[in-house]
Order: sequence, then C-alpha cells, then structure tokens
Amino acid sequence: MATASETKATRRDFLYIATGAVGAVGVAGAAWPLISQLNPSASVLALASIRFDVSTVPEGSSVTILWRGLPVFVRHRTPEEIEAARAVPLSELRDPEGDEERVLEGHEEWLIMVANCTHLGCVPVGESGDFGGWFCPCHGSQFDTAGRIRRGPAPTNLVVPPYEFVSDTIVEIG
Amino acid sequence: MANHAGNYTPGSGFERWLDDRLPIVRFSKEHLMDFPTPKNLNYWWTFGGILAFMLVVQIVTGIILVMHYTPHVDLAFASVEHIRRDVNYGRIIQGTHAVGASMFFAAIYVHIFRGMYYGSYKAPREIIWMLGVVLFILVMATAFMGYVLPWGQMSLWGATVITGIFSAVPLVGEAIQTMLLGGFSVANPTLNRFFSLHYLLPFIVAAVVVLHIWALHVPGNNNPTGVEVKESRDTLPFHPYYTMKDLFAIIVFLIPFAWFVFFAPDILGHADNYIPANPQVTPSHIVPEWYLLPFYTMLRAIDFNVLFIDSKLGGVIVMAGSLLILFALPWLDTSKVRAGTFRPLFKPFYWLFVVNFIALAYLGAQPAEGIYTVLGKITTAYYFAYFLIILPLLGRIEKPAPLPVSISESVLGKAKG
Repeated sequence: MATASETKATRRDFLYIATGAVGAVGVAGAAWPLISQLNPSASVLALASIRFDVSTVPEGSSVTILWRGLPVFVRHRTPEEIEAARAVPLSELRDPEGDEERVLEGHEEWLIMVANCTHLGCVPVGESGDFGGWFCPCHGSQFDTAGRIRRGPAPTNLVVPPYEFVSDTIVEIG
Repeated sequence: MANHAGNYTPGSGFERWLDDRLPIVRFSKEHLMDFPTPKNLNYWWTFGGILAFMLVVQIVTGIILVMHYTPHVDLAFASVEHIRRDVNYGRIIQGTHAVGASMFFAAIYVHIFRGMYYGSYKAPREIIWMLGVVLFILVMATAFMGYVLPWGQMSLWGATVITGIFSAVPLVGEAIQTMLLGGFSVANPTLNRFFSLHYLLPFIVAAVVVLHIWALHVPGNNNPTGVEVKESRDTLPFHPYYTMKDLFAIIVFLIPFAWFVFFAPDILGHADNYIPANPQVTPSHIVPEWYLLPFYTMLRAIDFNVLFIDSKLGGVIVMAGSLLILFALPWLDTSKVRAGTFRPLFKPFYWLFVVNFIALAYLGAQPAEGIYTVLGKITTAYYFAYFLIILPLLGRIEKPAPLPVSISESVLGKAKG
C-alpha cells in the first residue's frame, strides 16, 4: 500500500465513511428515546379534554378549573363588561383581536381562557387593573374584560383554549 | 514558575513501587502541599477554599436529605416537613442545606468580585475565569431546581416563571417548554426530573471545579499586586501557609452560617413557600431567591418591544446576555494592568458597578411598578455599559499608577513604610 496514490479515494476511505455514517445513525437512534421521554407521557396526554357545568357560575363571577394541569378561567361576564370590551377600537390593542373572536356565538357571556399570563405563566388576579379585567401580580401585565393584553410585558392576549358547548350548560374544553 | 514543586522523593520501598505505578502521592504533594503560591494573598483569596468547602457541605447534606425525601407532588411538601420535624437532627441538616445555598452564593459573589477587582481574568488566566462562569451558571441551575423540591407555592410558581423564559424562544419555544416540563404545566413529571438533575449537577460542578483548579495550576495564582511571580522568594508553599489561612477563613465563615442555621433558618427564604403548591393561585408577590434577583431585574427591565423583538424575548435576551457577557470579559477589559489598586480611573467605576449590582438585587425584590421599573432600566443599562463601554475605553485613556517591581518588593516595602 506504500505506493498508493494519496489523492485517489480508496476502498478503505469508503469503509471509514460508511462505518462512521452507520455509527452516527446508531448513536442518533439510541439518543432518540432518551430525549423523547422528556415529552409528555400518555397519562399526561390522556387528561387533555374535560367537561364543566357552567350553570354553577353566577353572572359577574368566575371560577378557575384545571385542564391539562393548567388553570382555566371560566368567567360569566355581565352585559356591561361585554359592552366595554366591544367598545374598544382594535387600533388601541397590542394584539388586535375583536371580542367576538374570543367567545362563541350565542355564548358571549362566557369567557373561557387559559389562566396563565402569556408573559411567564403566573395566574392573573380577576376584576382588577386599570381595564376592569385581570392584573398579573408577577410582572404587572394588565388585561381587559375580554382578556386582551393592554399594558405590561405580556406579548399576547390570554389564550382561548379550544372548547365547545355540548349542551346549554355543559362545556367541553380540549 | 513551579519552583517549589517536584521535590518529592519516595521514602519507603512501597512508596517507590506506588510512585512508578500511580504517582498519586507525588501529585498531591506537588499540587496540594508544595504548590508555589504568591506570599501576598489577602483574605479575599480564601473564598476559593470556602467554596470548595461549601460544595462538600451541600453534597453531604443533600445526600442525607434524599434518604428522607419523597419526590412526588402529593408527598414532597409533607416529606420536607417530616425531615424538619421527625428525622433526628433533620431540622439542622435541612436548615444547613437550605441556608448553605445562600452562603454558597454569598461566597461565589465575593469570589467573582475579587476576580473582577484584581483583574484575575486577564491573560493568561482567561480559561480559569470562563470555567468559573460555567460553574456560576451550573450552580444557579442547581439551586433553582433545588428550590422546586419542597413543592411550596414559591417552588411551583418560581419554576413556572423560569421555565416560561424558554417559551420566549421564537418558533420552538413552546415545544422546548413542554419538553422541559414533561407536560403542559409544572407538575409531577417536572418535580421528578428536577430532582434527578438536582442530584446530578453538583457532581458535574465538582468535575468542572477540577478543571478550574487545573487551569489555575498552570500559570499559578494571581495576587493583589497583579504582578506575576518572578522568583521563588515571591511564593510560599500552599501547605501549611494557605491551608491554614483558608481553614481560618472557613471557620470565620461558619459563624454567620451557623447563626442562620440555628437561629433563623427561614429568614433568607419566603413565607409563601410554606404553603403547599397550588396550581390555581399565584402568590401575590412572586420573587426568586435573593441570589438570582439581579438577573431577574434585568429580565423584567425590558417591558417594551424593540423592532421585531417583543418585550418577552427582549427580556430573555438581556438576562441571558448579562451572564454570557462575562465570558467575553477578558477581552473587553483592554487594560494591561491587572489589579484595580493601580488603576485610578477604574476604581470608581468598579465600585459603582458593585453598588449597581446590589441595587439590581434590591429592585428584583420590589413590585414591577412606578419608580422601580425606571430604576430597573437604569441599573440594567449601567451593568452592560460597564462591560461594553467603560472597560474597553478605560484601558485606552487611563494612566495607571506605577506598579511594584515584584511581589517581594511590594511586601517588604510595606513592612519598611
């Protein structure tokens, strides 16, 4: 082999690269489950949908329920609150979204939102702040009566989870 | 420079036999006993030894706590109370571990600020400094995960806020956060993995400490004059001179440590953490542990959008930047003179930086409103200006005071005067 040309790829070069490539695939395959196990397990995912009877929430009050381990506000809004939310021009909003887009038609009094502030996840306090909605005690974000960000560090409105009314009073979240 | 080292002669036949196979006695003698150390080190230099001691204290008490702790959301809070109330001496052991975290950070901050004053990060010690920054970040991560384990209100909501930081990453942020948590919120899978990592990281820290000391033993210690060791009479063997000095410092350090453990084990924590974790209610005033406050202030200081970067991502970039910028410090400081003692212009800016850092910590504990948000922005600006504007410029415009010719001369000159 002493006289073999240095520039020409040999069978040995091919074997080196092929062995290395197979080894890399093997290492990646072995690492995959080790990383994948970090993601939510089947038991966590199994709790992904819940039902709640909204008739237990009187007008002008709200409850916090748990969905996928996350707190969720179910707010029974007063007509004044709905009116206040709809009177705001979209140009004043940091994350422009009409009140109609955040509730279901025919169920406008029910505002259902994930209760974690979109900044860093604290639960805001209801019926406080300068906009009559929610105030986050952690970093001072303020939300209006439609849960839209109005002031403070949160970048977006409170998240509305997927939900539907399966009867007049039973709502299914998730 | 290793002028004292290498004078080991194996005595007995067994020592000669061992020295040919595993020269561990030679290594210990050269690096733990005879290592030539500048003879003018002051007490600020004892904090390295104090930190090594603290790491051992935390590992020993931690391993014992694990024997009685249960990492489950339903049992964790009760098991910590069980340790404090039922386990023999558990109150002292748990208190030592919890207070120990604070004492650890107190020593880390002194150690870091000592390095920043005496220019210990400058060539040829850049790697020592950078490994130190790695250690600082690792210890912060360890402490943060440890604080989650008692599963009180601050544990849960602190973890929610800190992992929420990752959700600021564009596109993949939410997926990263879900993967860190093992679910959609901080819950049992999160507690379990934090427990696992909290047990692992101290041993990684110990390994990096070995690298930190290895890198230190190549050029040897910096010293209060910043002038390199020139001859053997500038140094003393590490043992007994500095083993005894470090030991004395450790004993003095243990006095406030013991006071906290015995008389005020909870004074450095938050009362809210004695309420079991409740995912439906956030404490009205959520604050991280004191040692993370300066960085928390910088996270909160950015409450405005910059171009396409929203306030949330901006805060995260600034907070991460405040740590990452430390890696660049050896190259940002352009002055050839190491010790701040001989830098007339550097000194006022340095002390202002120290005061500013304390102010950052104070502001982190205040509510995010009114004057505090304004002060938070000003102090954050000075933190970065110190590294990015002041240090690079000072090296060019400053006229340093005359340096002593050697360590010996500075020591003897002082004795004469």
